[in-house]
Amino acid sequence: MGLKSNLHNFREKNKDKKWLPAFSAIHTFLYLPNETTHNGTHIKAADDLKRTMNIVIMAMVPCLLFGMFNAGYQHHLAFGDIQQATGGFFSSQFWTMDNFMVGFWKVLPLVIVSYGVGLLIEILFAMKNKHEVEEGYLVTGMLVPLIVPIDTPLWMLAVAVAFGVVIGKEVFGGTGMNILNPALTIRAFLFFAYPTWMSGDKVWVSGAKGRDEAIAVAKEAGTSLDGLDAISGETILGSLAQNNSSMLDSAGDLWNAFYGIIPGSIGETSTLLILLAGLFLVFTKIGSWRIMLSSAIGALVMGLIFNGVVSSEWISSSSKFYGLMSTPFWHHLLIGGFAFGTVFMATDPVTASQTNKGKWIYGFLVGFISIMIRVFNPAYPEGVMLAILLMNVFAPTIDHYVVQGNVKKRLKRLKVKTA
Amino acid sequence: MSKDIKIKKGLDIKLVGEADKTVEQAIVSNFCTIRPEDFHSVIPKLIAKEGTRVKAGDVLFYNKDIEAMKFVSPVSGEIVEIERGPRRRIDAIKIQADKPQSHKDFGKFNMNSDAASTKAHLLASGCWAFIKQRPYDVIANPEKSPKSIFISGLSTAPLAADLDFVLAGKEEALQAAVSALSKLTEGQVHIGVGSNNSPLASMNDATIHNVSGPHPAGNVGTHINKLDPVNKGETVWTVNAQDLVVIGELLLTGKFNAERIVALAGSSVKKPRYFKTIIGSEVATMIYDNGVEKGGNDRIISGNVLSGKQLKPDGSLGFYDNVLTVIPEGDDYEFFGWNKPVFNKISTSRAFTFSWLNPKKKYELNTNTNGEHRAFVVTGSYEKVFPLDIYPMQILKACKYEDLDEMEALGMYEVAPEDFALTEFICVSKQPHQDIIRKGLDLMLKEIG
Repeated sequence: MGLKSNLHNFREKNKDKKWLPAFSAIHTFLYLPNETTHNGTHIKAADDLKRTMNIVIMAMVPCLLFGMFNAGYQHHLAFGDIQQATGGFFSSQFWTMDNFMVGFWKVLPLVIVSYGVGLLIEILFAMKNKHEVEEGYLVTGMLVPLIVPIDTPLWMLAVAVAFGVVIGKEVFGGTGMNILNPALTIRAFLFFAYPTWMSGDKVWVSGAKGRDEAIAVAKEAGTSLDGLDAISGETILGSLAQNNSSMLDSAGDLWNAFYGIIPGSIGETSTLLILLAGLFLVFTKIGSWRIMLSSAIGALVMGLIFNGVVSSEWISSSSKFYGLMSTPFWHHLLIGGFAFGTVFMATDPVTASQTNKGKWIYGFLVGFISIMIRVFNPAYPEGVMLAILLMNVFAPTIDHYVVQGNVKKRLKRLKVKTA
Repeated sequence: MSKDIKIKKGLDIKLVGEADKTVEQAIVSNFCTIRPEDFHSVIPKLIAKEGTRVKAGDVLFYNKDIEAMKFVSPVSGEIVEIERGPRRRIDAIKIQADKPQSHKDFGKFNMNSDAASTKAHLLASGCWAFIKQRPYDVIANPEKSPKSIFISGLSTAPLAADLDFVLAGKEEALQAAVSALSKLTEGQVHIGVGSNNSPLASMNDATIHNVSGPHPAGNVGTHINKLDPVNKGETVWTVNAQDLVVIGELLLTGKFNAERIVALAGSSVKKPRYFKTIIGSEVATMIYDNGVEKGGNDRIISGNVLSGKQLKPDGSLGFYDNVLTVIPEGDDYEFFGWNKPVFNKISTSRAFTFSWLNPKKKYELNTNTNGEHRAFVVTGSYEKVFPLDIYPMQILKACKYEDLDEMEALGMYEVAPEDFALTEFICVSKQPHQDIIRKGLDLMLKEIG
């Protein structure tokens, strides 16, 4: 009783203080508020925005934990500390405390910076605009560390989060009003502002960039390069885009890609866990199955078209698009950030299409354009980010035409009557 | 031609405290209160003054815009108080009821009369107030002729009075009212019934439709949308089934008999049952002797839990309501209430809310909002409980930014606030949908008329 009534009294006493939203954010986190209905419906269903957002976060936690293990594993593997784990997802060589701790100390600061900077800005804007702190950032704050390379400097992340939250969201009026997915806005800012940190073959394994710098320093100083082999931690997508021989030759490689034991952004690699998270979101009725399904269909269709182009021999194997075009169409679902983007970001209800019919079109185009960008843009083979952002912009247009269908039906009814 | 209505989208909210099917005579209320705000958008012009003695059926006030539209006293007695609000707005007219009631005699109505005299009779006797219209969900404008008239013979709202039960034995009055109404439209009188046991199922001069499905299958708005949606420039009228009885009795006997059977329901009521009482009666005459704790922390609602009006303990039964619901207030905090698994509340999601496991369970819900007001975020959930061929979120947003063209295009002429009760109930952002729609309709009424 003590805490409950103390918090209540504190709140009542400071009702008109400017900083009350900051307190409320913590208060309502501890306790479901004592607010009651007035007129309108006197009863309300159990769900609120906090619960909804919380479900999404819970769906991401397995990806986060896996990402920590994988970060450590990829680091140790690249530095030659351990051998390739055999046995895939269930390998005891993968799930070691040692792997986890490396990843943990790398990822945790990213999570803290993401939430710290983002929530601070949210609270400031809530105070300025005199409304409660809305929960949208709870999901964004978790998404951001999952979609960046492991070695992303914290200051960069902080700058990007500030940009993304202010420009991507608050200028439009905050949660529920934004046009672009804030997490992807942050990712896009990072990508275009600091490209060397966001792509290439040095950023996906923790320490690879550091090793390169050490080599450069050693070269400069003319000291011995013993034990300073450059580390390549190329992603599958990266190598395909370079027309290098596929890293998905054997069934074992494919399984590893499915399990997520491959280099990549922290949370995006494990298609298995993302698939489970997607099923969880659909089951809880929080995520849109329409978008997830249609997006996968869109990607497969585009992949098939490219495969068709290759098998009709319209392009030669010397073409710079050959590597990705010839990738069997269903491999596209396993590699890169496609699965993660589809499940967690294309489905953002604010920036996606809002009508059910629109969701089919929107999702399909997200998948379709993702693979198109992936194949045609070797400089940045991950198309899903740009595809979702692009479709975010077009989502209101899609909705407009869907709703116009309903409006036209109404006008037609009127015409029939008056005719 | 009869057409069955079968809806799939919707939600039956099952609550504890359904009224037992027994009728008791309520204690006769000493006071009867009429609140002009029950008659949305009517500006009352008072005829009666404090101290005037009236019979049941005598005019209390009329509509300032349409003088022929009278509003009459449900009881005989003395007007003891006229409560006024800001700018001398009339909030309530309080009548101290006589013990033996006397009624004004309007005379037995000749059922063969034409439309004009039927209209005049209903207007003069105060019965016009029972006829509402769409668009705008206000009392019907007698100068317009409706393309059809809709009556819902079933109620699917949570804890609603069972219309088959309360209308039983009133067939004669119902038929008189339906026949009279059928003269007022060039189209048909559509009656939706839940089963053939309904006293309304055998009405003449009307088209009977079988209706099935979850709530809002019983809402008249659903029937209109499925059978004969309102286009721009058209009007349909609606009448509550129970109010037909008052109209019918007036036509048959010449008396304005405001008696009605009201369900007392809700989880705070120990002995939920039906009462025979009079429009405007004090609710205290019914609730406290039947297990509602005096001074308890309860919400008393005139009407159902979705669209009813909150009453104070000394409040009175609303003009159109046939159910009184009493449920516990929810003004308490709940530790980690936003993320712990929920078994005792209703939800349409499965976000660690488990009402989907047991669809037959009855719940004891309180008035807690279960979360704070937020911007619209979640999409696609309203459509699952909204059977009308209208985009609910888009029309709500159009109302919020007051775009009249868009409101019109999206179907604003077809809706009433109660159609948005379920979307409001499930709204994750806790937006006041019915209020948004009411304000939107008021704006259109003012700007377009």
